[in-house]
Amino acid sequence: MQINSEKPIETIQYKSEVKNLSFYYGGFNALKNIDMVLHDKRITALIGPSGCGKSTFLRCFNRMHDLYPGNRYEGEIILHPDDVNILASNVDPIEVRMRISMVFQKPNPFPKSIYENVAYGLRVRGIKQRAILDEKVEAALRNSALWDEVKDRLHHLAFNLSGGQQQRLCIARALATDPEILLFDEPTSALDPIATASIEELITDLKNKVTILIVTHNMQQAARVSDYTAYMYLGELIEFNVTDTIFIKPKNKQTEDYITGRFG
Amino acid sequence: MKSVNNLEEIRKIIGLHKKWDLIFMITGIVALMIAVLTFMALFAHMLIDGMPRLSWEFFTSFPSRRPESAGILSAWVGTTLVMLVTAFAAVPLGIGSGVYLEEYAPKNLLTEIIEINVTNLAGVPSIIYGLLALGLFVYQLGFGQSILAAGLALALLILPVVIVATREAIRSIPVSIREGAYALGATKWQTVSDHLLPYSSAGILTGIIIGLARAIGETAPIITIGALTFIAFLPPSPVKSEFPYLSIEWLTAPFTVMPIQMFNWVSRPEEAFQLNAAAAGLVLVVMTLAMNGLAIYLRYRMRKNIKW
Amino acid sequence: MAEESRTKITHAGKLGYSFRRHMHERFIETFLFLSALLSIAIMLAIIVMLVKESLVFFQHVSIWQFVTDTQWTPLFDDAHYGIMPLVSGTIVSSLIALLVALPLGTIIAIYLSEFAPFTVREMAKPFLELLGGVPTVVYGYFALLFVTPLLQIIFPELPGFNLLSAGLVMGIMIIPYVSSMTEDAMRAVPMNLREGSYAMGATRFQTAIRVVMPAAFSGIAAAYILGISRAVGETMVVAIAAGMQPNLTWNPMEPAATITAYIVQVSLGDLPHGSIGYQTIFAAGLTLLLITLLFNIIGHVLRKRYREIY
Repeated sequence: MQINSEKPIETIQYKSEVKNLSFYYGGFNALKNIDMVLHDKRITALIGPSGCGKSTFLRCFNRMHDLYPGNRYEGEIILHPDDVNILASNVDPIEVRMRISMVFQKPNPFPKSIYENVAYGLRVRGIKQRAILDEKVEAALRNSALWDEVKDRLHHLAFNLSGGQQQRLCIARALATDPEILLFDEPTSALDPIATASIEELITDLKNKVTILIVTHNMQQAARVSDYTAYMYLGELIEFNVTDTIFIKPKNKQTEDYITGRFG
Repeated sequence: MKSVNNLEEIRKIIGLHKKWDLIFMITGIVALMIAVLTFMALFAHMLIDGMPRLSWEFFTSFPSRRPESAGILSAWVGTTLVMLVTAFAAVPLGIGSGVYLEEYAPKNLLTEIIEINVTNLAGVPSIIYGLLALGLFVYQLGFGQSILAAGLALALLILPVVIVATREAIRSIPVSIREGAYALGATKWQTVSDHLLPYSSAGILTGIIIGLARAIGETAPIITIGALTFIAFLPPSPVKSEFPYLSIEWLTAPFTVMPIQMFNWVSRPEEAFQLNAAAAGLVLVVMTLAMNGLAIYLRYRMRKNIKW
Repeated sequence: MAEESRTKITHAGKLGYSFRRHMHERFIETFLFLSALLSIAIMLAIIVMLVKESLVFFQHVSIWQFVTDTQWTPLFDDAHYGIMPLVSGTIVSSLIALLVALPLGTIIAIYLSEFAPFTVREMAKPFLELLGGVPTVVYGYFALLFVTPLLQIIFPELPGFNLLSAGLVMGIMIIPYVSSMTEDAMRAVPMNLREGSYAMGATRFQTAIRVVMPAAFSGIAAAYILGISRAVGETMVVAIAAGMQPNLTWNPMEPAATITAYIVQVSLGDLPHGSIGYQTIFAAGLTLLLITLLFNIIGHVLRKRYREIY
């Protein structure tokens, strides 16, 4: 990566710009003309009632929708500093996914050892040298605050970990490949409060290291961890601003109703 | 953080992996084609050899020393009667066993043994069932080399198929249906017979048809019990003109069945008999394909209609 | 409110307990229990029958001779009772069949589960099922009268009965069992595991080989075990196409009888009940059962150890 100070300020501020993005599941228009930005090395939260399209939006960033037939994107998601539209048909979704990692709602470790889980993304890139793998796996596990708990059983099956540990393992797996953006799809919804607290702490620690986009159904969580928050409703982006502004004095009446629990 | 490897390298690796994707995709299609083409070859070969022999006389004549006047009358009558016995024995026992395991069985060692045992039975080679039938039905119980012995042997063979189909069909019915029935004061058996069995009947029927289709084609166990291969007569009719109109004499009659007749003809050196074998094989394949096709269709409809 | 119905349902005066209803339920439950118990009775009957007749056989022939003698000629005047020639025929024909069925079945399963478009899968699955429903005697006919002549074009010295043709056809016959069970196991792997892999930038092939197959390991092992039992226990294809002459050989180009083919050969003649020839088929059957049970046990152990854990 380039040294940051050589770059003009504007392009560093935005890691990604979403321009007039629409998305269709077959005939169903799930996202409508969304314009938004991701600030570099900041945490952006997506909130909104279930079915509002926040997970659908998140999954546009790593082109997960390409896995299923009948899905269609319109508009652009520009990734900086390359200034490439990652939704363009000449961009390989596999390449996108190598640079933008994702952590899922339910922990989904592979039926492999802890070590091999973390090393998977590296192996997929054809990296075979033991030294590099060892180094990257350890760094990722340290970054996800799991190293001390698992360093003596790296070659045990990942399923033997607790739910919270499994989710942190999935975060380590996503971190091991040095992603530019990390996507979280309700990462704590399947976890108990203690595990949730540790994941939130971890996400906060990752700030300044990587750009994060997180979907959450829990408004307190958005308020606790994020720098920017976007409120979505029925496939539209209603309001996007600095988190404090959204939670203290939202400009939009709908946002205010949702935040204050007067929704519906 | 330094990047793991540069973009050029990654591009090259992705390109390589994609090539593997493509190579595998082609391999998959080729593998599927091998299966398809083999079946086509088999069917075409039988059709060319056997079709000229298929006539009304082929179905209404007994086997004969002269290939051109030989037919499959005793074989298809025998198959029908054997299947009757098989269905009569396997259906109630299989369903009963499936219902017990799914709805009644307590969680204990015995249940677990029964469950493991059903899987094991499904893996026992069919000829072993033939040996069991030879020792038990033919000699020990004195049924002789009869339709009854053959039918029961095949019933034991397809029992696991019926049991598994019954269990799967019943298991797919949601608990709310059972609770609904119990809440209205139904007993366990009323719940089973009024709700679970009717709602799962299509699934169970599918299993029965697949089981019977398998039984129709089974040759080894029937050879093992010593079924004669040259039968130029029919078993006594199950329907009589005088009282009591029904007779069970046929159960103890000697018999032959379609696959045995075909095997008999295949093993003759004369080519004319091998044409007969092709014709018999054609009838047999069409019969089993029709039954399996029916089962597949039933399952397809079931999946479309019922969404719990 | 609806109008009150004219017929009234009278309830029993007091809450109680119907003895008749209770007995009725018990009676039905007993019948159901007995039919479930039947499967154990069948297994026991198979074992008792085979062991009983084999014991009489082993009073005439020592187990040592049975295992080490290299000839199997029980029906000759100079009778030899060595099971090895039958075992070798069984092993060679099964190995050929498995070399065809396991790779092809697995490839088809991976293709259908991970690669094929929906319509291809919806058409291929019932087709494979139909293929598995074709009677084995028909496959035997096909091996003897189609595949063998075809092979004789390539290998002119190939005899009319041979293990190669029987094994190849048997392999094709077993493909549907292996592919459908393997595919079921792979499709049972939850989507979120695949998504996890795709999200890391993996291709379909990488996801299939590195994530889905390991996750479905126990199901795939069960499919392979079933394929092996099918091959070892298959009777008609080998009886028709490989001949019924016991022959201690490892050469697939030769004719040789398998354990199952020998049982067929004896059954086609009329051996008197209770003669030593009659008992040989039970000894052969016991050997066959032990081989298949061995594979079943291996299957159980594998399944217990690598139970699907996702």
